[in-house]
Amino acid sequence: MNNVNVTLNGNNEKIDILKNINLAFENNKIYVITGPNGSGKSTIAKSIMGIMPVTSGQIILDDVDITGKSITERAKLGIGYAFQTPARFKGLKAADMLNLAKGENDTDICQLFYDVGLCAQDYLEREIDTTFSGGELKRIEIASILARNPKIALFDEPEAGIDLWSFQRLTETFEKMHQRYDTTIIIISHQERILKLADEVILVSDGTISEITSREKFLETISHIDSDCACRNDCIKGGAMNVECN
Amino acid sequence: MNAIDKILLEKIADLHEVPHGAYNIRKNGQGIGRNTTANIDIITKQDKPGIDIIIKPGTKKESVHIPVILSQDGLTDVVYNTFEIGEGSDVLIVAGCGIHNAGSDDAQHDGIHEFFVRKGARMKYVEKHYGEGDGKGRNILNPKTIIEVEEDGVAELEMIQIKGVDNTVRDTDVILHKNARLIVSERLHTYLIQNAESNIHVKLMGENSSAQVISRSVAQDDSKQVFHMNLSGYNKCAGHIQCDSIIMDNAKVSAIPQITAYNSDAQLVHEAAIGKIASDQLIKLMTLGLTEKESEDIILQGFLG
Repeated sequence: MNNVNVTLNGNNEKIDILKNINLAFENNKIYVITGPNGSGKSTIAKSIMGIMPVTSGQIILDDVDITGKSITERAKLGIGYAFQTPARFKGLKAADMLNLAKGENDTDICQLFYDVGLCAQDYLEREIDTTFSGGELKRIEIASILARNPKIALFDEPEAGIDLWSFQRLTETFEKMHQRYDTTIIIISHQERILKLADEVILVSDGTISEITSREKFLETISHIDSDCACRNDCIKGGAMNVECN
Repeated sequence: MNAIDKILLEKIADLHEVPHGAYNIRKNGQGIGRNTTANIDIITKQDKPGIDIIIKPGTKKESVHIPVILSQDGLTDVVYNTFEIGEGSDVLIVAGCGIHNAGSDDAQHDGIHEFFVRKGARMKYVEKHYGEGDGKGRNILNPKTIIEVEEDGVAELEMIQIKGVDNTVRDTDVILHKNARLIVSERLHTYLIQNAESNIHVKLMGENSSAQVISRSVAQDDSKQVFHMNLSGYNKCAGHIQCDSIIMDNAKVSAIPQITAYNSDAQLVHEAAIGKIASDQLIKLMTLGLTEKESEDIILQGFLG
């Protein structure tokens, strides 16, 4: 991403969502983008996928300028996106979704269900509608990315809405994906356990990249903040430092 | 049967050949083929056009196909069919009408179907309506379905109108007795300047009777749809109507609910929603590499399943 800006028209004024973002992502690395709510993390991911058009700047994938390309074209070039709140579909079955996702890939659909901790037999024929819990929906969403085996996989807060048991599974899934494929994995997350997977941690604040650091350094900073924070339920100090308390 | 007849039969009854089991095929107002079995009899009515289908008590896992095909314009075919579903039986009935109208006059089929689902019987009724032809004449289908389900009986209806019907008024009236159950799944697709009206009225008369009606529709272009969904509860009973429509282009959809309880133990729910295709659905499918049009088609196909 070269000098990427995203500006939206507000009621009376223009609002800068992203300001001069410069980021380079390498193959087979895990990047975790973190930062306060509203800092622009999701907008970075959405601008890579083409869901959010950029106002200026360039997005380059393997030497090809994809800034003007549509979502569909970017998907075909190998970008995948797992939504924070996945859409529900009346009438579309989980198996249909994964078949659409895998396309020509020689991927075993059943294995995908197991990879995200779901019993294939129970879920293949189920419609992805309101009968799905938030956690189930999230797992199908992640499976739809695994099915595509993309060059770049974007995950927007994959842990949100997932219970503890699946959380373990989720981190294993990222690790497996990392070991098996050359995929560049970009995860938006606040979770320490996800941050621990990162080769690089990108800290976003107020629409800019405030720091790119190693996981070790970042975790050290967090532990420092944690130890300073006397009361996590009433985290005034943490709050002032823009740190999210769970 | 010619090639057009075969296409129509495939569209409305998934039939590639003459069906197994009992059947009655009607073409342009005339019966052109019939088969009965040891348990299922089909008798031509003497007083008016139509047939009586009599299923013996205890008949299990048998089916009856009664497709109607119209390939002549200027014809209004009215038919009265009566179904006697014997006690304790479990059967599949596949009806439906396919019209091929290449002429300039209208082609119309009004099927008036009356069902008696006797004690403990289970009936699945599948009705598909389909029209084609490049003539100026309209394809008109006005089915009337009247069902009475006796104690412990189950009626499951699948009513599908996917393509090529210019004008339809569908009336479905159901009476449910003690412990009787009704499951209705309606799918309706209109486009161009087509008109569709569906009126479903369910009377839950018996104790512990239940009804579930799920109607899904897609209205495109300048088409119009009106749904009158009406549940009346006269006893301790449970009824649920869900009416979902996707609206596109300049279409117009009205969903008019009515639920009336005549008993304090009646539980009746009506849900209706009309809206565009959700943008998060489109975007999700586009991130899988589908174009916007392909995504739209997949969503509509799934919805009308």
